[in-house]
Amino acid sequence: MASMYYSELALDHAESPRNVGVIQEADGIGVEMNPVCGDLLTLFIKVQDGHIADAKYQIRGCAGATAASSVLSELLIGASLEDAGRITFQSVLDALGGLPPSKLHSAALAEVALKKALAYYQSRGTR
Amino acid sequence: MPDRLIYLDHAATTPVRPEALEAMLPYFSEQYGNPSSIYRLAQEARKAVDEARQKGARILGCRPNEVIFTSGGTESDNTALKGVAFAARQWGTHIITSAIEHHAVLHTCQFLEKFGFQVTYLPVDGEGIVDLRELEAAITDQTVLVSIMYANNEMGAIQPIAEMGALIKSRSRALGRSIAFHTDAVQAAGALDLNVTRLGVDLLSLSAHKFYGPKGAGVLYLRRGTPFLPQQQGGSQERFRRAGTENTPGIVGTAVALELAVAEQEEVSRRLSGLRDRIIREVPRRVPDTRLNGHPTRRLPNNVNFSFEGVEGEPVLLGLDFAGICASSGSACTSASLEPSHVLTALGLSADLAHASLRLTLGRDNTEADVDYLLETLPGIVARLRALSPLARSAD
Repeated sequence: MASMYYSELALDHAESPRNVGVIQEADGIGVEMNPVCGDLLTLFIKVQDGHIADAKYQIRGCAGATAASSVLSELLIGASLEDAGRITFQSVLDALGGLPPSKLHSAALAEVALKKALAYYQSRGTR
Repeated sequence: MPDRLIYLDHAATTPVRPEALEAMLPYFSEQYGNPSSIYRLAQEARKAVDEARQKGARILGCRPNEVIFTSGGTESDNTALKGVAFAARQWGTHIITSAIEHHAVLHTCQFLEKFGFQVTYLPVDGEGIVDLRELEAAITDQTVLVSIMYANNEMGAIQPIAEMGALIKSRSRALGRSIAFHTDAVQAAGALDLNVTRLGVDLLSLSAHKFYGPKGAGVLYLRRGTPFLPQQQGGSQERFRRAGTENTPGIVGTAVALELAVAEQEEVSRRLSGLRDRIIREVPRRVPDTRLNGHPTRRLPNNVNFSFEGVEGEPVLLGLDFAGICASSGSACTSASLEPSHVLTALGLSADLAHASLRLTLGRDNTEADVDYLLETLPGIVARLRALSPLARSAD
């Protein structure tokens, strides 16, 4: 049964992803694609007073990628920019209770999209 | 867990049917003798193996001693290709196969390339069929073996094996040399004609667990006179062509299951092709941007393969699993390799569409009610996934 393959928590995020959507006036946007398997993640962040006030995303990919994006949005909302900058694929994996070995790239996708969104925000700030 | 389980993955495996199981049971711990031993206990096992071989021969339309029992489709394919190639290498080192074979054939061909064989991988058209003219053009005076699968496990395409058999025979006569013809008939058993004379094949592979027999059991048909170097040494079993103590219960179960599958073939195929055609007709009506992979009619009666644009196959499988439906996908996300299905890409599908595929394979226990439930469940799963996607069409 396929559901034995993912942790309960990862399955829950995959079946009921949190915070899906688009932020129209986003302060940071990160788009990342895995060209091999076709996973595509678009991450939006809203920043207020040095904190991530809101995070939303759209995802096309496997259940692992959906779960990783969903849990990333939870980790982000309310986090300071400093803490957000320290989120890695490992933080995503830990928050999900792990992913199957063949799905580690899903967590990496989330990390890269976040790095890009933060870089985008910082490049805007210094303009 | 939903309270119903609808199994739509019969191309992966099938349950052992009760008649086969019942026939197998005595050979585990009652008639457990080694068929090679001399006492009466063992002779019961010998008799069971011989009877199974005769049943197999009747179905294939061959001599009993042309039936070799193996551990399954993968062994049959490996043994067929290596057995012929190594026996015939003094006459030639060219092998022809197709781009859509099972890995048991493709990887064996790649293995043989390391030993100096040259392999031609014939392409297929957009619906998965090998062109006879391409096969004819590929045959050279170095060709010793052609291996083309009878029916494809992923998208069900049926190859014109009998026409290929006749073509190979006539080319082989014109060239004044023998070219062995093997077909992987693993998915064809119980759906298509298995008569080796009508098909014109010299070798044919079967796997019992695809036709409601046990796992770990299969058949290799080997026409008398075909160049063949046994690939397993260590005993005189199967006339020295496959050493190792016979898997008596497996062999008995294989023969019973094969006999019943062939007896029911016409009725089951007619019923399943009705269910198949209903799925093929109804799903695209309920799920926009659905593509049918494979040929609309020249396909196995139990096989449906769709690609849903913009959706990954793996979460579709997960959603179906939650609803109690077992299916499979050519998406790489269901494997460790990340590579999409070589069969779907050979049809010309982009990697995206191959990742977006869903395979549904029906079986003898499926009903109209199962199809009703699938048609109720599937559209919502695809729609929900599409709504998450950055590529989703905006509703407003």
